[in-house]
Amino acid sequence: MLHLENMVLCRESQVSTLQSLFGERHHFSFPSIFIYGHTASGKTYVTQTLLRSLELPHVFVNCVECFTLRLLLEQILNKLNHLSSSEGECSTHITCEIFNDFVRLFKQITEAENLKDQTVYIVLDKAEYLRDMEANLLPGFLRLQELTDRNVTVIFLSEIVWEKFRPNTGCFEPFVLYFPDYSIGNLQKILSHDHPPEYSADFYAAYINILLGVFYTVCRDLKELRHLAVLNFPKYCEPVVKGEANERDTRKLWRNIEPHLKKAMQTVYLREISSSQWEKLQKDDTDPGQLKGLSAYTHVELPYYSKFILIAAYLASYNPARTDKRFFLKHHGKIKKTNFLKKHEKITSLVTLQLLTLVGHDDQLDEPKYKCTVSLDFIRAIARTVNFDIIKYLYDFL
Amino acid sequence: MATSSVSKGCFVFKPNFKKRKISVPIEDYFNKGKNASEDSKLRFETYQLIWQQMKSETERLQEELNKNLFDSLIEFLQTSHSGLWKNSEDWSCEIKLREIPTAALILGVNVTDHDLTLRSLTEVLQNNVTPYVVSLQAKDCPDMKHFLQKLVSQLMDCKVDVQSKEKESVQVIQKNVHYSMDSLSAWYMSVTQKTDPKMPRKKRTFSSQWQSPPVVLILKDMESFTTKVLQDFIIISSQHLHEFPLILIFGIATSPVVIHRLLPHAVSSLLCIELFQSLSCKEHLTTVLDKLLLTTQFPFKLSEKVLQILTNIFLYHDFSIQNFIKGLQLSLLEHFYSQPLSVLCCNLPEAKRRTHFLSANQCENIRRLPSFRRYVEKQSSQKQVALLTSDRSLKEETQSLLENLHVYHTNYFLVLRCLHQFTSSLPKYPLGRQIRELYCMCLEKNIWDSEEYASVLQLLRLLAKDELMAMLQNCFKVFQSSSAKELGNTAKKIEEFLAQFQSLDETKEEEDTSQLQSKGLQKTDLYHLQKSLLEMKELRSTSKRQTKFEVLREQVVSFVDSLVREYLLPPDTQPLHETLYFSSAHTLRQHLNAAPRIALHTALNNPYYYLKNEALRSEEGCIPNVAPDICIAYKLHLECSRLINLVDWSEAFATVVTAAEKMDANSVTSEERNEVIQYPFKINSTTSKSSQPAVE
Repeated sequence: MLHLENMVLCRESQVSTLQSLFGERHHFSFPSIFIYGHTASGKTYVTQTLLRSLELPHVFVNCVECFTLRLLLEQILNKLNHLSSSEGECSTHITCEIFNDFVRLFKQITEAENLKDQTVYIVLDKAEYLRDMEANLLPGFLRLQELTDRNVTVIFLSEIVWEKFRPNTGCFEPFVLYFPDYSIGNLQKILSHDHPPEYSADFYAAYINILLGVFYTVCRDLKELRHLAVLNFPKYCEPVVKGEANERDTRKLWRNIEPHLKKAMQTVYLREISSSQWEKLQKDDTDPGQLKGLSAYTHVELPYYSKFILIAAYLASYNPARTDKRFFLKHHGKIKKTNFLKKHEKITSLVTLQLLTLVGHDDQLDEPKYKCTVSLDFIRAIARTVNFDIIKYLYDFL
Repeated sequence: MATSSVSKGCFVFKPNFKKRKISVPIEDYFNKGKNASEDSKLRFETYQLIWQQMKSETERLQEELNKNLFDSLIEFLQTSHSGLWKNSEDWSCEIKLREIPTAALILGVNVTDHDLTLRSLTEVLQNNVTPYVVSLQAKDCPDMKHFLQKLVSQLMDCKVDVQSKEKESVQVIQKNVHYSMDSLSAWYMSVTQKTDPKMPRKKRTFSSQWQSPPVVLILKDMESFTTKVLQDFIIISSQHLHEFPLILIFGIATSPVVIHRLLPHAVSSLLCIELFQSLSCKEHLTTVLDKLLLTTQFPFKLSEKVLQILTNIFLYHDFSIQNFIKGLQLSLLEHFYSQPLSVLCCNLPEAKRRTHFLSANQCENIRRLPSFRRYVEKQSSQKQVALLTSDRSLKEETQSLLENLHVYHTNYFLVLRCLHQFTSSLPKYPLGRQIRELYCMCLEKNIWDSEEYASVLQLLRLLAKDELMAMLQNCFKVFQSSSAKELGNTAKKIEEFLAQFQSLDETKEEEDTSQLQSKGLQKTDLYHLQKSLLEMKELRSTSKRQTKFEVLREQVVSFVDSLVREYLLPPDTQPLHETLYFSSAHTLRQHLNAAPRIALHTALNNPYYYLKNEALRSEEGCIPNVAPDICIAYKLHLECSRLINLVDWSEAFATVVTAAEKMDANSVTSEERNEVIQYPFKINSTTSKSSQPAVE
């Protein structure tokens, strides 16, 4: 078990709970286990390593991929079939469309010699997708042990608490296990664990310490942090590589990396600049300020009349109707009358561009209602190009 | 058609394939105009020829303009893909997130043009990067199932190798399978491995670079995709990235911010997004105008009004190059259709040749042209008689006039470009920033009569030397690039001007500055200072001795002015201009600014307008029972106010429809009548009916 402890860090209590739940191979385990916790809190990793290193027969299915019931059931059955048949045998593809068939086929497959007399685990990752599928699916999986009369345990992995799953009609209650977020100490320990072979562990740990100091306030996602750590590590090493500082010169290294990381937080972390672009910038040693992020390109060129329609839509969406008189009687004639034939066509095209959205019912053919979805900055930029002072006409700015 | 079925409902009758369509040769449509006989076939052929030339020119332009964008995209795809497969033992590669390389392609709001751009992009990618290029549209992908189905079916069609015929049967079977990402990556593995040992020659180029070509997925209209589908697809495919090398291209019409709006951070962190901007459509328009209209390459020209309509539709309504070119095509077609003398709208030698074969009728047409009449009136009386009576002398005169017209155009565009060089960088752009605005003004009237032109000359007189020289330099380039002989000495003249400006540098006029300095300001009190300043001012205004530079500048300005007055005459001053210029703006507006609602209303309210069937002709307010049913229903609905009683409506419908058989009204059984009443609403209900067995 020492091996397992090396692979799974900071999750000792969860691992031991699971291990005691699993018991011996031939023991019946709890029919269904529900594991939840935030993104990147190690749910999938822990379950997978545990099942693998204990060499328990298991099937791992990601529910995102199974957007229909049939795909889900077939994937489970086929993987199981693959497990039960010995290597040389070429198994046929099983088809299964409903849960009833699934139970029957499941029984058949688990008859096999190498699945007999031991617990079979079915792990359903991203289990929240199950809620959108057929209503009988979740209760069915929860009491699969009872339905199939086999030694089987279903493990659900989800980011959502169990209370949001529970169907109205009631169901079998699973064993709920919570994976809490990693603390900063945990993160430090885990991140320092994968240090590069060229550098000492202490050197990398110091780097991680700085990285967490910058990013911990905004991001606790372990995967993302690891990614960022790798991306920015070459920059941290730079003084050492150039011979300007040695590995223990923490102050100097810190001064070198800290502004760089802050910049990374505003750009790469938000995916304003892609990771590959960031690496390239780092390599060329250019100022990241030169590269414009995605959000910098807000300007949209629109045809002349579309601009007016959009402005009118914006005014209509954000001004109360009773104020129309006040705005448009006083400055009568200031707004150009744009009477033309292609109006409706243009509105539809604005809708496809997601600048307007349809509100109300779809079946209202005669007088559809739209709402303008653009931001104030956007509409101000548009209004400026046609010399229209929109602020004057907005109720909120009076 | 009758059926043997006893049930009521909708029956599908397959069309009878034996009936053959009577196809009319297209050129015959040209006959149907009012000018029946006049060379209609020849005109049609000329139209086709010119249109083909214009079309290939626009396509060439498009290709040229897109080249930069496509090249950078290809580079991105190649580098990111090779990064994807870098099988390094590098420590960092294992830990780093596997991101899907994504190109965000900003295409602009002219959605109608996107298809063409993306189609040529697909072609380019297939030739250079990978055979597996798939493009999806939001409306085909309401959910994951359809998304994957479309993706797979297009991918399987992408296969380049032709030799596998038995494979196709396999594909057909596979198409019925439920698709998952697993099956997709399995398919990918099988395909890439299969082609590896016996590579066809064609594929070697990609395969030698990478053992497995990437799959490029183009999402044509990113904005319209639902968040859920996109998110799920990205999550799934990022999990399969190591076995299914996917590269995404997002077609974005508005701005890249939409990516962040559609995808939460958890999802967008799976992407490695780089931005690519396509050419702005306004620039594109400028190039198209430049190459199609501001040139003597194509004889066909647009009048001021028509050009204005086309550019206005573009700028004010849709920004679509496709539509602009369609409008141009329509004007071309309309010109050849409605103007019998458009036979002469072709290149000069051919037009001269055709003049010989003009029929007497056509000669008459020429004599009737207003521009030609004006021309004749200016001739000597002897010549007038000859032109009006003898076809031969008319033809000869026509030939020389055509040649004049050609020369006029050659000079016109050169001088126009030259003038544009001078006006395009003036403050406030009195004659417009784009050459098309200038062109419109020049087409309309004598440009030198306009106020704007006067202000341009004023501004030119204020230019600094380096600005003026830069403009002259540009003009020189314009004239040099052309081969026109008539304006050869203009180029020389400009060169002379340039040389003179150059020499000004060397002989600095010192007297002027020395004069000023000698009279320089001494320390005095306020009164004296004012006095001396006044004196100096007076001195300047009275004597106003121009410097050499100012003299030269004045010369340049008057030179430009003379060029403009000589060569930029509006085309309607030219005899025979009607043969080349399309001016019927009204027709064009009618066709392009269609109002579908009004057209529908007319069709429903007055079917005779479109169907031209005498039986349908009816006086106001009366509903003919022979009209199509939908017209009857529509007219009846117009008689009601906001709310319609359905029963009344259908009863009224039945009354109108059965009105013809009034004499034997009693013979209409109630059941038949019921059938009629229910008829308009049957179409909706048949779907439910057909699923049940008929109970009758």
